[in-house]
Amino acid sequence: MPTISLTVNGKPVSAEADTRQLLSVFLREQLGLTGTHIGCDTSQCGVCVIHVDGKAVKSCTMLALQADGADVTTIEGLASEGEMHPMQEAFRDHHALQCGFCTPGMVMMSVVLARDNPDLDDDAIRHGLEGNLCRCTGYQNIIHAVRAGAKAMKG
Amino acid sequence: MYEFQYHRPESLDEAAKIFAGADDPKFLAGGMTMIPVMKQRLAMPSDIIDLSRIGELTGLSAGAGMVTIGAMTPHAEVAGSKEVEKAIPALAALAGGIGDPAVRNRGTIGGSIANNDPSADYPAAVLGLNATVHTTARDIAADAFFTDMFETALEDDELITRVSFPAPEKAAYAKFANPASRYATAGVFVAKTATGIRVAVTGAGACVFRVEAMEQALSKDFSPGALDGIAVPADELNADIHASAEYRSHLIGVLARRAVLQTG
Repeated sequence: MPTISLTVNGKPVSAEADTRQLLSVFLREQLGLTGTHIGCDTSQCGVCVIHVDGKAVKSCTMLALQADGADVTTIEGLASEGEMHPMQEAFRDHHALQCGFCTPGMVMMSVVLARDNPDLDDDAIRHGLEGNLCRCTGYQNIIHAVRAGAKAMKG
Repeated sequence: MYEFQYHRPESLDEAAKIFAGADDPKFLAGGMTMIPVMKQRLAMPSDIIDLSRIGELTGLSAGAGMVTIGAMTPHAEVAGSKEVEKAIPALAALAGGIGDPAVRNRGTIGGSIANNDPSADYPAAVLGLNATVHTTARDIAADAFFTDMFETALEDDELITRVSFPAPEKAAYAKFANPASRYATAGVFVAKTATGIRVAVTGAGACVFRVEAMEQALSKDFSPGALDGIAVPADELNADIHASAEYRSHLIGVLARRAVLQTG
């Protein structure tokens, strides 16, 4: 099996990856980072969204080998020194989840939406989350949370 | 997925050598279609040649009435480019409406048009703007590039290197997006170009196509009303669980009018 080397949540990692292994599976099974969920596995639902070189991607639609040399951030890498990321705080404060299955992907996508557009309005939030599905249909509180999280990130 | 060998060459020459030496190789661009297809075991390539490290295929430039986009340029870069926005705003808007943000960060223009999905957005811009597809072997005019459902003029070992779009006088793209996938249930690109009016329809037929009757009507009178009474017959169109052929025929008329209005 080939070995890949990448940075995950700030730490260098080298591990074996099967040629056919998806990045989402590699993170969960080789690295034990189970915060990245696997939902539809067909690049539609967005629960597997992570950041690769600073960009939001669906990790079920990337081969692990394609991440060789990349800088990857998963939901586990957002909090620092025991402090939740402002977007995570906002999701908690606004009760932006019911079952929580979509939450890691929602948060990871929202972080880059707010980073790239600090003045996110509701329309931009709704369009930005088009590729993230919540089957509890808790969208309204998610919109509230992302608005608040973006404001908090702006500082 | 079936087993395959993975390669990530750093030049077109290296990619060509790997391709020539493999049994049944496939090129991998952004992977937004190729990887799902492999997951479903609908494709069984012996070798995957990942093009993401080939510098010759990236980059974007705009100037002298022309926008040129490297084949491996992701949709997000085209959508966010100030140069594209200035030269051909309809092209930037189209790129910004493909899929969702995560898909736009990976999916590429080269991958999209080489795949020629009947519901993809980019083919409408390529045909509507009379773009030229540059490959490792030749230059292909948009009118000769898209040949049938998932079929193009490309040879198996031929790679798209870049696509050049002449800036139109004005243009707009209107689509009716499938609410789940964001693919076009139907999409119409209308452009007023140096060589005349072009109307390209995606999402509705086997692959993108032009509607000559609409082009002629708009040449005489560039207004939504000029399209009254012009319809693409339903028997030439796709029907599936998302929309009947008759509905698609109706959508083409509505979207063409909207596109004309949007050009302002």
